[in-house]
Amino acid sequence: MTAYQTGLLVILALNVLGAFAVYLPLSAGQLNLGIAGFMAVGAYAAAWLGNEQGWGATAAIAAGGGAAALVACAVAVPILRTHGIYLALATFALGQVITAVFLNLEPVGAAAGYPVTEHIGPAAVLLTTLGVAALVLLLSCTRFALCLTAIRSDAVVADLMGMPVRALKVAAFTLGAAIAGLSGGLYALHYNYVEAQHFGVMLSTYTVLYVLLGGTRSVWGPILGAAFFTLIPELLRASAGWRYAIFALLVILFMAWRPAGLLTGGLRLPWRRRAAEETP
Amino acid sequence: MIAQQLVNGVMLGAIYMLVAVAFTLAIGILNFLNFSIPGLFMVGGMVTWALLAQGWHWSIAVGAALLAAAFVALLVERLSYRPSRDADPEVPLASALGFLILLENLFVIRYGSDQLSFPALLPDFNWRLGGLVIGGAQLVSLAVAVALVLWLSVLLRRTNTGRRIRAVAESRETAVILGVDVGRLVPQVFVSSAVFTAAGGVLFALNYLQVSATMGEGVGFKGVAAMIIGGMGSIWGAILGGLLIGLAEVLTIGFLGADLVDIAVYGLLLALLILRPEGLLGRPAAREKL
Repeated sequence: MTAYQTGLLVILALNVLGAFAVYLPLSAGQLNLGIAGFMAVGAYAAAWLGNEQGWGATAAIAAGGGAAALVACAVAVPILRTHGIYLALATFALGQVITAVFLNLEPVGAAAGYPVTEHIGPAAVLLTTLGVAALVLLLSCTRFALCLTAIRSDAVVADLMGMPVRALKVAAFTLGAAIAGLSGGLYALHYNYVEAQHFGVMLSTYTVLYVLLGGTRSVWGPILGAAFFTLIPELLRASAGWRYAIFALLVILFMAWRPAGLLTGGLRLPWRRRAAEETP
Repeated sequence: MIAQQLVNGVMLGAIYMLVAVAFTLAIGILNFLNFSIPGLFMVGGMVTWALLAQGWHWSIAVGAALLAAAFVALLVERLSYRPSRDADPEVPLASALGFLILLENLFVIRYGSDQLSFPALLPDFNWRLGGLVIGGAQLVSLAVAVALVLWLSVLLRRTNTGRRIRAVAESRETAVILGVDVGRLVPQVFVSSAVFTAAGGVLFALNYLQVSATMGEGVGFKGVAAMIIGGMGSIWGAILGGLLIGLAEVLTIGFLGADLVDIAVYGLLLALLILRPEGLLGRPAAREKL
């Protein structure tokens, strides 16, 4: 594999992780527009632990995911008091605040950026992504995923059916943030450089769009969305400006033509549907 | 110099106010969080700049910029709002974000992403009042912003169009039954929302004498913050929120440093969303999209 292809695969892996981080809370009906903030927490935590505390790469990245999860868990309780559009905007504001804090944090280089000494190769990034993807796929076959879908469809009914709605919501939010933190940690240690400006509004926006385009009803949706929009512009060999313009145009057209995303529940495999019908 | 800071804050707040009013129109009447508005703001500033650079008279340049923004807003209505009215709530939001990205990148491709200097249209004129210095551009912006908002509130309160708009905001179905031509009214709302935003963009360019393809992001997102702080769907709330954000920003720069602006503004927004999600002047939301 050429270096170019490897580099592309790493970008794809990081985008898939980001997409999962958005997908998990979204499957419970929470649109997280501040996912880049959690990526920043993971990236800076992993970088700092590796640089200053001498932690190994694995421990540092895991701690990055953990740190993002901790932040998410701490803010989840107040933030999940808001619903719908207010939640989306609260996460948006949170993402902005987190990025702005890192932009002013002197111990990690503030606006100048923060070089990272620990390094991981592309194989580690890809393997971690595969692991996370397997975990999310596994999770999608459990009761947990069913409960999240129920909450997304109607939180009141889910509550009446005895589901611990609040706890499930916090769990989905925290898990999503943990994955975002993990992807941030991988990013920091693979590229050996973190800069707060990278984790801006637009990163959150693009990540959310991957998921919405791929489809939010199936766990394959985020993978497809991220893959589609990492690889298609490469194939078109477009310049950076045109790449995003084409991406945006496709977003608009797809949303008008196929509002539920590329991959919807209707595309489920035929034998799965038959099995569902046979059960009384 | 706290009085001077307050004056500057109000002037900056006037621009946020226009953007916040545009957001609040879309969400209050159509229940649509129109994230293409920062793009329209940029279109207002950039098209004016481009036509001025071609040597056009300023009135034609500004008029063309407003028309361009109105045209884009009609496209947004046709391609984002209309097809996804019955879809999942996050779909129109994603589509509007698509428009924002598209507009920004089309302008980056054409004009680059650097700051471009905007010619000073107004003679360099400062009005001194005691120790206060008020720039001519600031004064013009404030006057235009206040006039636009007053016009809107009279329109909503006194005219037939205003009555129709308020009926749709109250209940779309009932308005349709009562004979309101929603298919014609909605594009009108989009156009007026676009005119407000683009006017904000032109005024921003007049005040700061520079434009760029990404000028909409910072101001536009602070306009969202202003709208929420005032209360979604409330015009007076948007005005209050815009002024508050402008003041908060200028005072933060004055006393804490420019680096902390985003922390202050978005921290304020976050705290308010958690403590009082309906905003300062808003009523608790009974229905919401997304």
